[in-house]
Amino acid sequence: MNENINPNVHTETHTGHGGLHTDHHGHDHDGHHHHKQSFVSKYIFSQDHKTIAKQFLITGMLWAIVGGLFSVLFRLQLAYPDETFPILETFFGRWAKGGQIQPEFYYALITMHGTVLVFFVLTGGLSGTFANLLIPLQVGARDMASPFMNMLSYWFFFLASVVMFSSLFVQTGPAAGGWTSYPPLSALHEASIGSKAGMDMWIISMALFVVSSLLGGLNYIATILNMRTKGMSMTRMPLTMWAILFTAILGVLSFPVLLSGFILLLFDRNGGTSFYLSDIVVNGKILPNEGGSAILYQHLFWFLGHPEVYIIILPAMGLVSEVMSVNARKPIFGYMAMVGSLLAITILAFLVWAHHMFVSGLNPFLGSVFVLLTLLIAIPSAIKVFNWITTIWRGNIRFTPGMMFSIGFVSLFISGGLTGIWLGNSTLDIHLHDTYFVVAHFHIVMGVSAFFGMFAGVYHWFPKMFGRYLNNTLAYIHFWVTLAGAYLIFWPMHYQGLAGVPRRYLDFRLWSSFNHFTDLNKMITIVSIIVFATQLMFVFNFFYSIFKGRKVRSTNPWGSTTLEWTTPINPGHGNWPGEIPEVHRWAYDYAKDGRDFIPQTEPLNPGESKH
Amino acid sequence: MDIVSNQRQKIHPHKFTLWVAIGSILMMFAGLTSAYIVKSNQANWEEVETPVAFWFSTAAILLSSLTMQMALRAFKQRSMRHYRQLVAATVVLGIAFVVLQWTGFKWLWDNGVRFRGAGAGQFLYIIAGLHAIHVLGGIVTLTVIFLKAFFGKSRNYNPVPVEVAATYWHFVDLLWLYLLVFFVWLA
Repeated sequence: MNENINPNVHTETHTGHGGLHTDHHGHDHDGHHHHKQSFVSKYIFSQDHKTIAKQFLITGMLWAIVGGLFSVLFRLQLAYPDETFPILETFFGRWAKGGQIQPEFYYALITMHGTVLVFFVLTGGLSGTFANLLIPLQVGARDMASPFMNMLSYWFFFLASVVMFSSLFVQTGPAAGGWTSYPPLSALHEASIGSKAGMDMWIISMALFVVSSLLGGLNYIATILNMRTKGMSMTRMPLTMWAILFTAILGVLSFPVLLSGFILLLFDRNGGTSFYLSDIVVNGKILPNEGGSAILYQHLFWFLGHPEVYIIILPAMGLVSEVMSVNARKPIFGYMAMVGSLLAITILAFLVWAHHMFVSGLNPFLGSVFVLLTLLIAIPSAIKVFNWITTIWRGNIRFTPGMMFSIGFVSLFISGGLTGIWLGNSTLDIHLHDTYFVVAHFHIVMGVSAFFGMFAGVYHWFPKMFGRYLNNTLAYIHFWVTLAGAYLIFWPMHYQGLAGVPRRYLDFRLWSSFNHFTDLNKMITIVSIIVFATQLMFVFNFFYSIFKGRKVRSTNPWGSTTLEWTTPINPGHGNWPGEIPEVHRWAYDYAKDGRDFIPQTEPLNPGESKH
Repeated sequence: MDIVSNQRQKIHPHKFTLWVAIGSILMMFAGLTSAYIVKSNQANWEEVETPVAFWFSTAAILLSSLTMQMALRAFKQRSMRHYRQLVAATVVLGIAFVVLQWTGFKWLWDNGVRFRGAGAGQFLYIIAGLHAIHVLGGIVTLTVIFLKAFFGKSRNYNPVPVEVAATYWHFVDLLWLYLLVFFVWLA
């Protein structure tokens, strides 16, 4: 179907073909006429980027509930190893025999908690939502470069979700070798119950997930680089676009390497190859596999695995930058420094993967190179933090829920980032690796932070998505409980880690040196339950407000400069009823020339310098 | 809704998308071949002999690149009869490539190179298998283009889909040459 949305521009692209272009229809010059869409093509197999964004968001939210629930379950075990919870046996049967979480179940829970949160929520749910929603709206395009591929991207994500979710119900349970799935544990069916069918489904699901990410990422890059509206130079784009661009580049270059690693793993499991296996005895049986290297998998995994943490945090950084600037009524401080630091993080992301492998027998000299490169990340990170703080410095701050979560993001990013400096040192890592210190570090710096960025985005762009507002009271409760809860849960874990408490352990009762943490563990678990309940309240607020929330009355409720607020309150497919607006200035003309804000679409005044 | 034709652009977004996709596919093979290099320096590495069929398959895919390029030229000159013939030739050569690859690997398999073990052979099955899947993707695309040229209701002289298919086809060709280096010199 080739509708002429904008006949003026249309002629340009077909010069050279004269009148020979026969497949265009001349019936559609007003631009917002649509063919009647069925329910299926409008809400299910939709090619509209805004609908796809909502699909990603809602799927991500469902996964977040599942992943969060898993953490509550294993926290119950960590806090109350002596108690029995008969209700667990009712729901989980032999996995919680006698109302106690069985070791296999515990490992399955932590594995799936990590997998679900890292990939399905904070990659699929976060990038998928905001890249799809914001790219065409903020660069000024009708839709993505290939709406069809974009739809495929969601449906591969959906398929990956179905496979992963089904793996929870197979008789031997889901994968249980940790979210990193290191061989040999993950490569041998006999190694553990969690390495049987669930592991194969995990790999297949992840492969589908990689395909989804790649289809999405290709589109994001092509759209941002090639489909910007007239006047939208790269340096006029909002920082969200830069962040999503770099995220997509990271994904497109690192996910394929993970796929390679998974394919080899699949052959080791089911084909009898020995890429990762060598000299192994399982249950007294000597395996024939010779010559493989488990470290090879770690290299392939972490070549994605490290960029992956930036794939998670960069979109959050972009969202926060935008929301902060809008609600501080000030231009973002150091726009080019923000772009430059995103670029620096993107480059460094590929050069630091071995810091996850300091204690794997890596050559210490090589380790010291990775220490240096790892610590270099502190520089762009510090630039970003400095610029966020200077953006709100003496700003005319409006404490909207989005702004609260943005400020919370910066707080968490600082707290979690500082411990990164500890962990980046290979010598300190000898003591700290695989302890709760690591758990605390990455949960604060990329887990909860990214969630805060995502919440900031949801609260800020909910009016654009659904034409209604979220309830503010519930939003503030959500913010304060989540912020306080995040610190209460993860701050104490640093001390546990320093004391040497290892992560992924089921039971510390016989470990008398850790007995003094018993009450602390109970506190952490109680807080997790409260925080989890508060997230359910947010989910309620979300779905309730879609249908019953306060209606948005103006097209630009936040007084924002960017293009998405020049569309109608409920934009149709194609986004702008008329022509796509032309852009004359950058995205951050706040508090300029005595005016609160100047939209990007407003032409320069005489004598005004270009930006 | 035709979204991309409304945009101001230096390079067609679909072509650009393809280039990024090529970068992405290259990263996958870079991952595999670097694993191959790392493993080739470790114990129990077994080398394999390159099957003769691979030389024929290489010739087939090189030739197909040529026919693809000629097809693109014919399309741009609007000589549609030539174009259809040349696309058909490309598809046939592409299928011949896959069949010859299959023959080559069957020869390896029959000569005792199985999945058990940790040498070059196991890598080659996977690397060349993945490459063949990418070639098959190209064959499907070309077949669709071919059928459209035959049965399409409207005449379409938009060269972008053909150019995208041609670029991809040359890419899988060059990718095979790169992979062949590992087969011949490192195996």
